[in-house]
Amino acid sequence: MGIDTPMKDRVFKSVGTRPTRPDGIDKVTGRARYGADFNMPGQLHGSILRSPHAHASIKSIDTTKAEKLKGVKAVVTSKDFKTKGITDPDLLDIIDNCMASKTAYYDGHAVAAVAAVDAKTARAALKLIKVVYKKLKHVTDVDEAMSPGAPLINKKCFTQGVEPAPTKASNIAVRSEFGHGNVSEGFQQADIVIKRTYKTGQSHQGYIEPHACVASISPDGSGEMWVCTQGHFVFRQQCAEILGLDAAKLRVTSSEIGGGFGGKTHLWLEPVALLLSRKANRPVKLVMSREDVFRASGPTSTTSIDVKMGVTKDGVITAAEAELRYASGPYAGAWASYGAMTSFACYDLKNVKTVGLDILVNRPKTTAYRAPSAPMAAFAVESMIDELADRIDMDAIDLRIKNAAKEGTRSSYGPVYGPIGIGATLDAAKKHPHMKAPLGPNQGRGMACGFWFNFGGQSCTDLNISPDGTATLTFGTIDVGGARASMSLVVAEELGIPYDKVKAVIADTGSLGHNEMTDGSRGTFASSMSAIRSCRLAIDDMRQRAATMWDIDLDDVTWENGHAHAGGSSGSNHAPLSIADIAARAHKTGGPIAGHAQIVADGAGVSFATHICDIEVDPDTGQTRVVRYTVIQDAGKAVHPTYVEGQFQGGAAQGIGWALNEEYIYGKDGRLENPGFLDYRIPVCSDLPMIDTQILEIPNPNHPYGIRGVGETSIVPPLAAIGNAVSNATHVRMTQVPMSAPRILSAIHANKDSD
Amino acid sequence: MSVLVNSTINGDQYEFVCEPDETLLDALRDRVGMTGVKEGCGTGDCGACSITLDGALVCSCLVLGAEAEGRKIETVEGMSDGDKLHPLQTKFLEHAALQCGVCTPGFLIAAKALLEKNPDPSEEQVRYALAGNLCRCTGYDKIVRAVLAAAKQMRKA
Ligand code: FES
Ligand code: FES
Repeated sequence: MGIDTPMKDRVFKSVGTRPTRPDGIDKVTGRARYGADFNMPGQLHGSILRSPHAHASIKSIDTTKAEKLKGVKAVVTSKDFKTKGITDPDLLDIIDNCMASKTAYYDGHAVAAVAAVDAKTARAALKLIKVVYKKLKHVTDVDEAMSPGAPLINKKCFTQGVEPAPTKASNIAVRSEFGHGNVSEGFQQADIVIKRTYKTGQSHQGYIEPHACVASISPDGSGEMWVCTQGHFVFRQQCAEILGLDAAKLRVTSSEIGGGFGGKTHLWLEPVALLLSRKANRPVKLVMSREDVFRASGPTSTTSIDVKMGVTKDGVITAAEAELRYASGPYAGAWASYGAMTSFACYDLKNVKTVGLDILVNRPKTTAYRAPSAPMAAFAVESMIDELADRIDMDAIDLRIKNAAKEGTRSSYGPVYGPIGIGATLDAAKKHPHMKAPLGPNQGRGMACGFWFNFGGQSCTDLNISPDGTATLTFGTIDVGGARASMSLVVAEELGIPYDKVKAVIADTGSLGHNEMTDGSRGTFASSMSAIRSCRLAIDDMRQRAATMWDIDLDDVTWENGHAHAGGSSGSNHAPLSIADIAARAHKTGGPIAGHAQIVADGAGVSFATHICDIEVDPDTGQTRVVRYTVIQDAGKAVHPTYVEGQFQGGAAQGIGWALNEEYIYGKDGRLENPGFLDYRIPVCSDLPMIDTQILEIPNPNHPYGIRGVGETSIVPPLAAIGNAVSNATHVRMTQVPMSAPRILSAIHANKDSD
Repeated sequence: MSVLVNSTINGDQYEFVCEPDETLLDALRDRVGMTGVKEGCGTGDCGACSITLDGALVCSCLVLGAEAEGRKIETVEGMSDGDKLHPLQTKFLEHAALQCGVCTPGFLIAAKALLEKNPDPSEEQVRYALAGNLCRCTGYDKIVRAVLAAAKQMRKA
């Protein structure tokens, strides 16, 4: 098999089985070390002072008293960040977000930090820092931020993506547009046209482990950092640039990670820890409290979305249009563009146009959250599809099937699809017993589809064969839920050795080349692609070794089932050599056996899902109960099906929380009123039923095993699936997420009043 | 003024010093080195810090270190019997009841406390007993299955 031979009717031995994960024992015995579980000798404790105001200019910061407090070893403010020479606007935003320079843009924005001998002293020192603020008018609502009288958040914000460039500053940071055909003509061909506005609240990734790191910088300019992150190589690169260090001299080790979902793709406190360490000349540990996590790290956008769609009586969608307004916090982002790209991606549309607008507001900087921006767009579009079906008296699933994208469809965001799974997930949904199960009183059934691109990008891996024939794979993407198990399966498959003879190790940044983040569902896709290449290089090497051992031509050595076989006329009477046989002789045949691969993984293979759910609504209180939930999704090829199911279930549960309950609540003063798990309530065990899953495998032609990313798509349909279920249960169309009990109740009442 | 505390942790006698206002969670993690006990919130809302104190399930972030004087503490570090995993630990692994695993120590302790009281819980009883433990990764499906499977195995033993 060649180095890049794509998958074709391959029969798998290891891939597709369900062994226990290799890092499991450490995680059930408390031995696994997460971000806050690590200490360095002589370490100090850091603490961060945060703005209590939603929007304020910082007139002065006096740190003298804090510096004089016994036990305080360093205090830093934005003045300590040397931004001269940094031109990348995204990096400048990251720095400003880590430590406010002139303006505090949101409740919780960091303004100063302290490192002291213990946490108590550090906290006491924060109280001695005197910050003089001048309060400014604030805006937290995305539509208000666009209105003419809204306070301007950044005077230098001129909308990007508009020709000619505007001369007046506004809160609209970026405009993006996608589509093809002619929507006005399309609407003319429609029998029914519906237009509606949908809104979604701001949700947080809600990982259970708060951000944490231990940083150490030496006077010689070398440094080390231990951190919970989704991408230690990217963190190293960015931190090195911010601190003016050589990337190679900053060694970053990723801890076990207690959930990320996109929220740990971004720097929040790591540069601050490094700066404190440099100033104090001691290691510094910095751990966020849960309140800090909510106030100052990675929520998703709150949105307001207009959708207009037209359909003929026999169910052809003739045109679709949307304007998607996404809050991006106080800095420009690309969040609305993801919404604009994904909104209609499930459908084959002749005429489609989407416009995305990223809006600045006084909320924390928006960060990726699992299929970032897609769930809100899907909520709007999939809600409307149900309504259209209702209006033409067609089954909602049949309308979707009729208009589903297929191989060869030009997607709403540009590219033409290869083999894709939307049709297959819809067919599976239609046939699923869940669809026919009877509903109880006050129950409604809803369904919705979802799409995510999946990312590829740079990965590299080392495969080393030990003298006893066992294999170590060193890879550079983190294990957030079974990656070591999946990578071990892939290596076992490729080398033809048992799973338990493989050890998968996550490299620190000093031990491997650059790897991109574990984001965009790329971890398994890209790292496995590189791992397979590493294995195939090692196999080539081992064939060569076998040829040497047998003294025959390389061309006469084939590789099958983990063994070198002698073929041709020269070597037919040699018994096959196992990897262990070859490894045992490595010292005589050229030294250690290894395969190093580096790739830019292209062709991640888009992913689609269809979800079905039953919701019961108490008509007197608006209280909801999730009665049944089914996830159907295309995985390309499920490497470890149990962990694929886990991704489906976890994404669905997060989507359910977002749909029914989770939301940032801001007071009139612009302060976040629910920065804790008590008031920002994520689903608990008793809120949910079992979540049924069905894995479809429509191979990704661009991956040697057909793998697609699976991590994200599962959060895309739930908002709409639940919205449709609640609407069917109450006979009132829900247009706002979360559908909390009071919101549902008032929708029911408003409907009764208008009857 | 620090206080000196004597407790039995996972069957062993420990003596540690802590501040009077220091939580048992911090004391266990920072003074005793039991970092299997996790902090997810520090306010009693996530259950990641679950331990048993004289057999009762508590959030160690809501107990003071000083309150542990003379008492018996069980943490995840003490769950297995030498190299023999507790059935809950085994079933969690078999059912992939953990993804990131940071909630796992709390779930294991809470599930153990449940099964000691009720060896044959229904799915609903498991769900309510574990409602104080947050997991953001799994959607709870595989956790509930693992607990039910462990209960079944423990009843047979
Ligand atoms: S840390 Fe104690 S309940 Fe969350
Ligand atoms: S496995 Fe990650 S929080 Fe439960």
